[in-house]
Amino acid sequence: MNYIWFFIILISIISAAYTGRINDVVNAIMKGAQTSVEVALYLAGIMAFWLGIMKIAEKSGLVAGISRLLTPVAKKLFPDVPKDNPAIGDIAMNFSANAFGLSNAATPMGIKAMKELQKLNKDKKSASNDMCTLLAMNTAGWQLVPATVIAVLVANGSKNATQIVFPTLIVTTITFVSAIVIVKVLEKISPAQKIKVKGDEEREND
Amino acid sequence: MIKTAIDLISLWLIPAIILVVLLWGVIKKIPVYETFIDGAKDGLKVSVDILPYLIAIIVAVSMLRASGFFEIAQQLLAGILDWLKIPVDVLPVMFVRSLSGSAVLGLFSEIASNFGPDSYTTKLAAIMVGSSETTFYVLAVYFGSVGIKKFRHALLAGILADIIGIIAAVGVARWLFL
Repeated sequence: MNYIWFFIILISIISAAYTGRINDVVNAIMKGAQTSVEVALYLAGIMAFWLGIMKIAEKSGLVAGISRLLTPVAKKLFPDVPKDNPAIGDIAMNFSANAFGLSNAATPMGIKAMKELQKLNKDKKSASNDMCTLLAMNTAGWQLVPATVIAVLVANGSKNATQIVFPTLIVTTITFVSAIVIVKVLEKISPAQKIKVKGDEEREND
Repeated sequence: MIKTAIDLISLWLIPAIILVVLLWGVIKKIPVYETFIDGAKDGLKVSVDILPYLIAIIVAVSMLRASGFFEIAQQLLAGILDWLKIPVDVLPVMFVRSLSGSAVLGLFSEIASNFGPDSYTTKLAAIMVGSSETTFYVLAVYFGSVGIKKFRHALLAGILADIIGIIAAVGVARWLFL
């Protein structure tokens, strides 16, 4: 991540020097920082709501119930999560919310799942294999119907906006399956997490 | 038929989840109101935790968009894109879709209004936008919420899956719409 972040900024400044848009880039910094706060604030409300609902689901044993139901599948994808752990229930709810395009609900549920996985994680600063798998599921984001895209098409006067539903479903499925396969392959190659070894190099593998 | 069913599910899913969770809580004699408050307390804390991660990625992406990099890339890659039958105007969508959700939606709206909603360019862009998640945003938010700084193989997996997604989108669009 260190290199990617550095390169995005480096390329921006070099490109801006070439196109003569240094001023725009400087403005973009202010605007971007402001947008980040807006996004975080916007998330705060909806996040609080879903975290509240999820807490009830957890206390009442609903999440554990879903976890138990999905244990056979979950064992394969998340081998380090113990049986009946609430993380699996959270992951299942996160996946379903994503599938139906409810990203407002999916994010808090995913974060809840992340927190459960962090409890099981041995090195709190570095992502566990299961965390990477959860991330791959979310960065690929399998979705049944791209509602927003259809809305934009309709708003622009499309006669047959639903035409894109099927092709999009094919592509999102290909992406999702590849993401899982890739993350599982990388898991084997990727250096293991360091446990209790400090002072080593910072840039292991990102 | 399938579409109306999916629409109906999308519409009812949130109220249904809330209802089931609350009902189950009441049946199990959980103090639902207090429990809700207890859980909701974390909302603001999570937002504060992810803010630095968000600023890092959103500022960098804003800089990249403002810098004119995409125009330069369009000029440089015009030949290859033409050969692959990818309209040049879709190029920014390919990059931005992994970086920022609101930005990619803006780009997509522009394409839809410039090229018409039923053009090949718009359809290809639609598939690309509809089949993707903003990888870098998801990484920032999810890892940010628990303070993970080393993303390990999650980053590479996300990027590789994005690339496969772009290839698949071009393949499917060419197959169905060209």
